[in-house]
Order: sequence, then C-alpha cells, then structure tokens
Amino acid sequence: MKHKTFFWFFLPTALAMLLFIAAPIVSVVVQSLFTPHDQVFVEVENCGPFGCTMETMIDTAATEQLKAERPLGKFSGLDIYLDRGHLALVEVKTAWATRDGLAGFFKTLGNLPFYRAMAFTLTYTFTVTPLLIILGFMVALGVNSLHRRLKGVVIFFSLLPMIVPPLIGSLILFWMIDSRGIIGSALQVLFANPDLSLKASTGLTWVMLIVYGVWHAAPFAFVVFYAGLQTLPQDTLESAMIDGASRWQQTKYVIIPHLMPLVTFVALIQLMDNFRVFEPIVGFNAEAHATSLSWIVFNDLGGETRLLSSAATTSVLTILGVAILLSPVLVRTWRDFNRKV
Amino acid sequence: MSSKALKQSTGLRTASSGFIVIWLILAAFPFFWTLWGSFKVELDFFSKADWTNALYGARTIAETGSAFTGGGYEGAWVQEEFWRAVLNTAMVCFFVVITSLTIGTLGAYALSRSSHNYVFWLLITALIFRAMPPITLVSGYLLPFFEWNLWGILPTSIIVLVAINQPFTLWMLHSFFQKIPKELDESAKVDGCTQFQAFRHVIIPVMWPGVITTGLFSFLLAYNDFAVTSMLLSKENQTMVPKIASFLGTTQTEGNVMFAVASVVSATVPLFILVMFFQRQIVSGLTAGAVKG
Repeated sequence: MKHKTFFWFFLPTALAMLLFIAAPIVSVVVQSLFTPHDQVFVEVENCGPFGCTMETMIDTAATEQLKAERPLGKFSGLDIYLDRGHLALVEVKTAWATRDGLAGFFKTLGNLPFYRAMAFTLTYTFTVTPLLIILGFMVALGVNSLHRRLKGVVIFFSLLPMIVPPLIGSLILFWMIDSRGIIGSALQVLFANPDLSLKASTGLTWVMLIVYGVWHAAPFAFVVFYAGLQTLPQDTLESAMIDGASRWQQTKYVIIPHLMPLVTFVALIQLMDNFRVFEPIVGFNAEAHATSLSWIVFNDLGGETRLLSSAATTSVLTILGVAILLSPVLVRTWRDFNRKV
Repeated sequence: MSSKALKQSTGLRTASSGFIVIWLILAAFPFFWTLWGSFKVELDFFSKADWTNALYGARTIAETGSAFTGGGYEGAWVQEEFWRAVLNTAMVCFFVVITSLTIGTLGAYALSRSSHNYVFWLLITALIFRAMPPITLVSGYLLPFFEWNLWGILPTSIIVLVAINQPFTLWMLHSFFQKIPKELDESAKVDGCTQFQAFRHVIIPVMWPGVITTGLFSFLLAYNDFAVTSMLLSKENQTMVPKIASFLGTTQTEGNVMFAVASVVSATVPLFILVMFFQRQIVSGLTAGAVKG
C-alpha cells in the first residue's frame, strides 16, 4: 500500500488516539508540574466608630484574574511528586532514620497514602494473576473432558463473571458476603463467630478483593486455554502414552508446554488489567482497608474540590508503573522484530 | 475423546466433573441468588434472623402480602428514574460501536495491507495505549473539558470511549484482516480498482464475522465502563453503571439498597441475552489475539 493511501485510511483512528490518548498523557504530565494559585490577599483598613483596624481579605477579583491568565496554576516543579500524598520523600527519610527494624519501617510506610495504595495494588496484581491462571487452566482441563453437549452450557455460565461490569460483579458478591448475606452468615456459622465481618478487618478485605479478582478474570484464562486445548497435537499425546507416561506426566510434559505461549499471553494481559484495579474497591466499599493507585486518582478527581494536580501526579506515577510492567513485552517484541528484519 | 486409550479412569472423571460443578456454582450462583433476591424486601435479602427468609420471603409476605414484590424495580425505574440511565447507556453504546468500528476497520485494514516499517511501530504504540488505565487519562481531560464547556454531555464521553477503545479494536481487526487473503483485493486492483474501491467492493462483503466480534467487545467496553462515564457525565446524563454507584451513596442510608439490587439485575439481563446469542463470537474474539501469540 502506498504511503499516501495508508495515511488517509489511518487518519481517523490516528486522530482519535492522538487527541484523546496521547494529548491527555501530555496534559497530565504538564498538570502534575503545576499547583493551584494561592489566593491573593489584600490588607484593608477598616475604620469604624472605635478606630481603625487592619484586616486581611481575599481579593476575589485579583484571584479570578490570576486564574484566568494562567489556568494551569503556578509552576511547582517536582514538589507535588515529593509531597506527603505521593512519594513523601521527607516522611520516608525520617521513617528510615528513626526506623524500628525493617518491619517497623514498612509499617510507617504503610501509613502514607501512596505507599499504602502501592502495597495493595502490587499484592493484588501478583496474587490474582497466578491464581486465575491456575484456576482457568483447571477449568479448561475439566471442561475439555466433558461431553460435547454439555460444553456449550458450561461455557455460557463460565463467561458470566467476566462479562458483567466489574462494579456490578463486585456489588453482587459484596451483598452476599455482607454479614447479613448468605455467604456472610454461612461463614459466621462455619467459624462459630456471630460477630465475624469480612468488611471489618484489613486482611479479610484484601482476601475478599483477591477472591473477587480471580472470580472475575478466571473465565478469560479458561476460554483462552480451552481454545489452546483444541489445537493440542493428539499424536504427541498418544506417543507419550505409548512411552508409558502417566496422566500427570502427560499434562506436565505435553499439555503445559503446548499451552505455555498462551500462559504468557494471559499473564501479560492480566498483569496490565489487574494493575489498574479500581471498581472492586468502590463496589466493596473497601477504601478504609485497601486503596489502589487508580482509586487515589478517582478520589482526587471526585468530590467537591477537584484536586487536579494531585490526581495528575498520581496518574503519571501509575503510568510509570504500567511502563515498568510492560517493558519486558516491549523488549521481547523488539527482539522478535529485529530477528525478522 | 477419539481413542479408547485417552479415556479417563472413573475416579478422575468423577473428580473432574465434581470440580466443574463447583466452578459452575461459583460462577453462576451469585447471579441467580441476586435475581431471586431482587424480588424480596430488604429485610429478606439481608436477613439477620434466618437465611431461608431470602428464599421464601417471610418478611416480604408480611409486608406486601405476596412472596414476590416489584418494589425494588418500581423504586429504581420510576422513583429514581433509572430508565433515563438505560436510555443514555443505549445511546452511548450504539454510537461508540458504530464510530469505533467505522474508523477501526479503515485503520486496521490499512495496517494489515501495508508492509512498511511504521506499521510495527503503530501497533506497538497501540499496545502501549491499550495498557493505559483509563482513569489516568481522565485526569488529563477534565481541565480542557471544563475550559471548553464540553464536560457532562454524552457526545464527549462517546468520543472518549471510542478513542480509548481504538487500540484494542485495531489489534483485533488487524488479526482478522490478515486472515483475509491479500490476493482478493490485489486482483481487484489489477482490474483497475483504487485501494478504496477494492476495500469497498471486495473486503467489506467478507469482513463481517470479524467486525461483529470486534463490535461485541466495543459494546462491552462502553457498557461496562465506570471510570470515564462517572467522571465525564453530569448527573442527568449518567449511564447505568455510574447511576448504580450513585444509588449506593444516596440510598443505602435510606434503607433502599433494594433499588440498587433491582438496577443491578436490570443491567445484567441484557448481558445474559448477549452472551446467549453471541457466545461463539465472544469465545473466538477472546482467543483471536491469543492464538497469534
């Protein structure tokens, strides 16, 4: 295809992506370097019957004018990155200097909003991803050995947790694990503890969110692995059997190596998606025990005062996190590409 | 299972069937439970006294005289005007799917028929864009949208969702177009068609399976979105998911959590129907990206 034809075919989608993905990224980076203007104060002499006093007042007109002239606010460099709400350089340094063992240091760190969110986001990403791959693989093996007629029905119901909006999925589970809901009361009976509430403890809240994450994403892994099983070379499997391989050995030495590229694919997609965990925290009403980077951005943007600069800064840090997670893929694709050329 | 040697032993067969049954219960039971419970009153759905109340609806009978009540649905659809959110969602989904497929097919077709170096870079850029959490982009939109008075209206959200959707659409359609033999449009060009005419008369008639599958995923993205729509739409323009989230803020305190339950069920039903009719397309779409590696 000629360059010119390609250009016209590709223009609409390129424009959409440039304007609404590339430009916002630039805008976020710029925004994170500015803070809102301080209010302009004026000293006013207030004279009454009992003499004159000096009062400090907000000069609304001047403040508005300043805002209109420079809507971005005033330049602050990396200040927001280093403040308490984000990387908290000063606090981390103090915590390190006055640390009480490594555990004590991490505990202090856990009280800072950014590190608290980071801790949950990373724990969530790196527990949910392997668990959902294992569950998805087991379901795929199980479904593959079912009768042909049953497969369709099983696939239909297996798709449901993935297809519903994450917020709705988490609400449905949240209502069931409520201490008055069916799972909640079942657990109370099981552990003989009538006051047991999953919502009250940080550890249990994390477990709950991770269980939700696996429930939500396992169908994706299942479908991909199931499709992979359909292309399994039967000859290899049969020769393995003739050589005396047990069923476990067949799985380990034939099926799993065959599915390995798919495992990498699912792992990469899910690492990216789990890193942005956000809706379950809203759905489970869990922000007191677990926050994520995306949730901080959402929280800063919502509410009465929209903390645009703070949200932008967290966004940039999130994007950096995504970039780090994505870098192995990019390096690999780059190598493949070079090998082809 | 073609050969006898591949047959599973009875023990293994039982274990694997048992496991699938457990998985099915895990996957499907929450939905049926919520559907059933949405026709009860709150004291049955959340029953401190006896969990069978949620099944038989003891309080519901006491309060309304029947074991099933549409109170939650009436409250959500009539009193809280959930139908407005449904209409908004329908509009957003329709326009997102149409627009993103139109510009996506053109772009992906060009990518699949060009062998220049920049195709690789464009696809990689799309992959990077796909990895961006949408909420981080939203913080970049707010300031300009406020400045230019674009905040709060449906078209803004639609175009934003289209753009966020593009990277995925491009990747998926690209792999579908690569499966359509190049000889088809090349022979059309030999016969004197321009590239666009070749696309219009030769490719469009055979591209529908891939386009329908991609369209389903665009639909799901628009339907499921919470981050963008909750931040960029004003209260009266809200779509279903942010509307449900707003129920939690206002009505949970009033004891009307059943409104939220009813609207959750209302929002899930269309997806049920969608999966029922398009199960094969969804499965093939999920695997399309994977099989290529």
